[in-house]
Amino acid sequence: MTQHIYLTILLPLLGFLVNGIFGPKIKNEKLIGIIGSGSIGLSFIISVISFFETLNLPVDKRQTIVTLFPWINVGNLNINFSYQVDQLSLVMALLVTGVGFIIHVYSIGYMHGDKAFWRFFSYLNLFIFAMMNLILADNFVLLFLGWEGVGLCSYLLIGFWYDRKFEKSTTADAGKKAFIVNRIGDFGFLVGMFLIFMTFGSLNFNDVFNRASIFNVSEGVFSLIAISLFIGATGKSAQIPLFVWLPDAMAGPTPVSALIHAATMVTAGVYMVARCSVLFASAPAVLIVVAVIGILTAIVAASIGLVQNDIKKVLAYSTISQLGYMFLGLGAGAFGAGIFHVMTHAFFKALLFLGAGSVIHAMHEEQDIQRYGGLKKFMPVTSKTFIIAALAISGIPPLSGFFSKDEILWYTYANGLWFLWVIGVITAMLTAFYMFRLYTLTFEGKSRFGSDKHPHESPKVMTIPLIILAVLSVIGGLIGIPEIFSGEHGNRFHNWLSPIFKQAERKMIIFGTHSHFEEIALMTISVVGAAAAIWFARHIYLNRPSIAENLSRKFRLTYNLLLNKYFVDEAYDYTIVNPIVKGSTSFLWKIADNKIIDGTVNGLAKVVAIISVYSRKLQTGLAQFYAIIMVLGITLALFWIILSR
Amino acid sequence: MESNTLLTILLFAPLIGALLTMFLKNSQESLIRYFGLAVSIIVFVISLVVYYFFDSNNPDFQFIHKFRWIENLNVFYFVGVDGLSILLVLLTTFLTPLTLLSSWSGITSRVKEFTFFMLMLEFGMIGVFLSLDLFLFYVFWEAMLIPMYFIIGIWGGEQRIYASIKFFIYTMAGSLLMLVAIIWLAVYASGFLGYFTTSLVDLYQAGPTIPVSIQGFMFFAFALSFAIKVPLFPLHTWLPDAHVQAPTAGSVILAGVLLKMGTYGLLRFNLPLFPQASIEYAPFISVLAVVGIIYGALVAMVQTDMKKLVAYSSVAHLGFVVLGIFSMNQIAIQGSIIQMINHGLSTGALFILVGVIYERTHTREISEYGGIARLVPFYSFALMFTSLSSIGLPGLNGFVGEFLILTGAFKSSVLNSWLFSIVAASGVIFAAVYLLWMYQRVVFGEVKNPKLSGLKDMTAREILVVIPIFIFIVWIGLYPNTFLKLSDKSTSKVIEQVMNPGKSNLSLP
Repeated sequence: MTQHIYLTILLPLLGFLVNGIFGPKIKNEKLIGIIGSGSIGLSFIISVISFFETLNLPVDKRQTIVTLFPWINVGNLNINFSYQVDQLSLVMALLVTGVGFIIHVYSIGYMHGDKAFWRFFSYLNLFIFAMMNLILADNFVLLFLGWEGVGLCSYLLIGFWYDRKFEKSTTADAGKKAFIVNRIGDFGFLVGMFLIFMTFGSLNFNDVFNRASIFNVSEGVFSLIAISLFIGATGKSAQIPLFVWLPDAMAGPTPVSALIHAATMVTAGVYMVARCSVLFASAPAVLIVVAVIGILTAIVAASIGLVQNDIKKVLAYSTISQLGYMFLGLGAGAFGAGIFHVMTHAFFKALLFLGAGSVIHAMHEEQDIQRYGGLKKFMPVTSKTFIIAALAISGIPPLSGFFSKDEILWYTYANGLWFLWVIGVITAMLTAFYMFRLYTLTFEGKSRFGSDKHPHESPKVMTIPLIILAVLSVIGGLIGIPEIFSGEHGNRFHNWLSPIFKQAERKMIIFGTHSHFEEIALMTISVVGAAAAIWFARHIYLNRPSIAENLSRKFRLTYNLLLNKYFVDEAYDYTIVNPIVKGSTSFLWKIADNKIIDGTVNGLAKVVAIISVYSRKLQTGLAQFYAIIMVLGITLALFWIILSR
Repeated sequence: MESNTLLTILLFAPLIGALLTMFLKNSQESLIRYFGLAVSIIVFVISLVVYYFFDSNNPDFQFIHKFRWIENLNVFYFVGVDGLSILLVLLTTFLTPLTLLSSWSGITSRVKEFTFFMLMLEFGMIGVFLSLDLFLFYVFWEAMLIPMYFIIGIWGGEQRIYASIKFFIYTMAGSLLMLVAIIWLAVYASGFLGYFTTSLVDLYQAGPTIPVSIQGFMFFAFALSFAIKVPLFPLHTWLPDAHVQAPTAGSVILAGVLLKMGTYGLLRFNLPLFPQASIEYAPFISVLAVVGIIYGALVAMVQTDMKKLVAYSSVAHLGFVVLGIFSMNQIAIQGSIIQMINHGLSTGALFILVGVIYERTHTREISEYGGIARLVPFYSFALMFTSLSSIGLPGLNGFVGEFLILTGAFKSSVLNSWLFSIVAASGVIFAAVYLLWMYQRVVFGEVKNPKLSGLKDMTAREILVVIPIFIFIVWIGLYPNTFLKLSDKSTSKVIEQVMNPGKSNLSLP
């Protein structure tokens, strides 16, 4: 099956084409749903078979390249449609098709009755197609095809309800913002590709990464390459300073938020950095930048998440924050831990979003958590699975989030970035707090909604996906139990991925050794912190809501700052967007182009016309006048001839 | 002399068609339309024959047909095709039938004259791409202005007279300097060759021997004429006027083919004839190209008229092509050639689509639209698809060209700076801004304008016009090698001519 890995790409494409072309005629939601989910389900099965095939191969033979056909061949630039199956791409492929399939099934229930049901499924399939290209590509350009493709699908799906209002503008605005902010990141990625091609003479992963170890390239060049690629990652994975599009992306239907804006697409940046680990490892300064940007994003987003009241907004900021953790891991040189967190996060964050979707569905599109409350008794499955996910993201052992988050924090500390570790633990506490604020306000306490709402549990097609994801959120971390607990087997997830990061690790200096005691002590600190935050959140929102009110009143300024997301959007509008639009309108177009440039052209024409008007008068028609001119001319000519001798 | 008449048949078929049109009755409008379409399709088929027999391994001119035209001056009727021109010839013959089909309902008056001028235009355009004698080239170069002048002037919008005269005089003014330069070049070459001639193949040998100081003047005399046609910033202001006033067919041909004559001219004449000057002034021209990319995109972004927006986007797109040409390496020039085709397809389709909606609503103001997605689903899809192609989404055609140009420019030894490529790459961001913003304002949201309520989706004929273009948009996007292969060897030859002037092995037919 590994040789036929391209089927995991072609099947979603086929699903997209079938639903996209014949969808309006099929009109049968069930059939459309089966085509849409079925293509992803089959891709998942193929990925699973390929995984086991690869598992049975000896460690040094676990990379298979499948070439379909050449794409761009000019000079020494040779780009093919060829796909690379290895440990890293298989993890991602399993994740994308597996979680993707679950979310596709859930969407059959969630999108029931939508007038563009077919369009939704065709876009969703197109997304999987692009995402699979991104993760299976064996070269940068094909990765970029997927990279831009997922951006397009994100744009199309955010604006899926294109005639709806969203906050101050429309869903289409939110989609456009996402695409354009992503493009700013893509610009960095493009420059990175140019630099790579110039330095290594190839854009194929194997060539580039091997040459990165062989060629004598200065650290400065590596740094330029790494920082350019990282700019691309900040766009796609919503990191400072390009994170502003992700909260707005919540304008899309909730399954889209779960699949694209939580579980898969936004982790593309993490995947890309991990894939290029050897390039980043060769630029230690950039690694620090990655770690710092990651942890800053994590804490900034978590702090915003504390005060948001839109259920999806809280989860969006939570996603940004968790992505920050992943970059912290990458920056600390723990590439495997970053990918591990990608995986566990996909489980529990998809679960949180789907749970939120279930709630929104039950509450007739109401998204304000202040108008929820006491939903536990109406929605037993949703509330139980939601609390599992909330515990997982809070890092409570032995749920999946605990293992991945803790591994990142441990590596951060072990590699000497203890200050970032402190921020990381604080962020973990904030995370636990806002998650349980969200849970408590939604599912517990008294109902705060009117009698016009009749909450009910969602149908099975939606709850079964929740249950599956809940199971994965619980046990998903067990494949990555750290060495101190698992003993001789070591960290299985780590061992599986380690060949991918071998070249990178060879280039890095790992700081001194640490004792097991330290590792367990730090682990205890973060777990106790998270548990305390959970207790505190429940205490406030269940028993003493006055505390929250008093706090927000006392720290009015901070509260407003957080509520308005640090005014980042406004700042961008004032400093970048408006000057460009206004400058282009009133200066470039109306003055530079119309007045100066075109004015010069028309002015020249006018000068000619004016000269003609006057010179025409020379044509008097009087023979005497011509005779005088002639005599004058001859005289002048004679003078000139004589004087120039 | 040489007597492969295939290209001559290709060249004169539209002329004969045009002349035959004159014998049809004015009143037989649909017969005239079908006749014109049939002629243009026959021309396309002939060009496919040329493509079929074209040997892409041969860098030199093929299917040469040459005889002495003006005896004493060694002026030749000399046509031939190579890798640089074959794709442009195919683009011309491909777009002409589509534009004729697209104006089925848009052009309702003087159908006969319209068909005549369109076929004459095709004759002129093919002539420009096939001519291998500077004098013959110049004749076609100027002659082609005339039908376009009438197409804008007769079937154009309200300010058509202003636009057509501006178009005519602006481009003509540039060309006159080229004529002087052609004569000077031929006279100079007669000292070197021992005889006076305007045959390009002979002049290729003489050009590089011109003293560098004079080469600069010659370079600019040619380049000015081409730069106006491209149009290169800041010589672009005739373009928005001409585009906005021209009927759909005029805009499509103007953007699709006419602009490419400028970039083709730079590649065919400036680089090989004046290699030292080309290298010397490459950074200067590239600066203008990059400024044009950003400037065109920013001005396009704030336009309120759909056609003007697309017109300014052409300034940006052609900036990429010029940047690629003056990067002077294989990757960049190959990118430029494919990008010429891409721009012809994408922008051509954009103009066709603007025309489709204009015919229904008689407005091109973006603010008059909004929310048409539900009313005209196929149109909305077509506009999205075309916009994505123009934006340069990987998997569609635009990406291949832009990527090759930027990659090539980045490592260009002639430009010797990353800055050109990096600044140009930021234009990629703006392309997304102006097209998606327009798309959003036109297609998304709710229907607010009551005039739009009865809007009808594209007809079968209109769909038939865009589908062939879409096929090539995907084809070039996924398998550009079909097209890149055609120009590969000739591109190498041009680079050889520039980098090692005089040493390159030129066959003298």
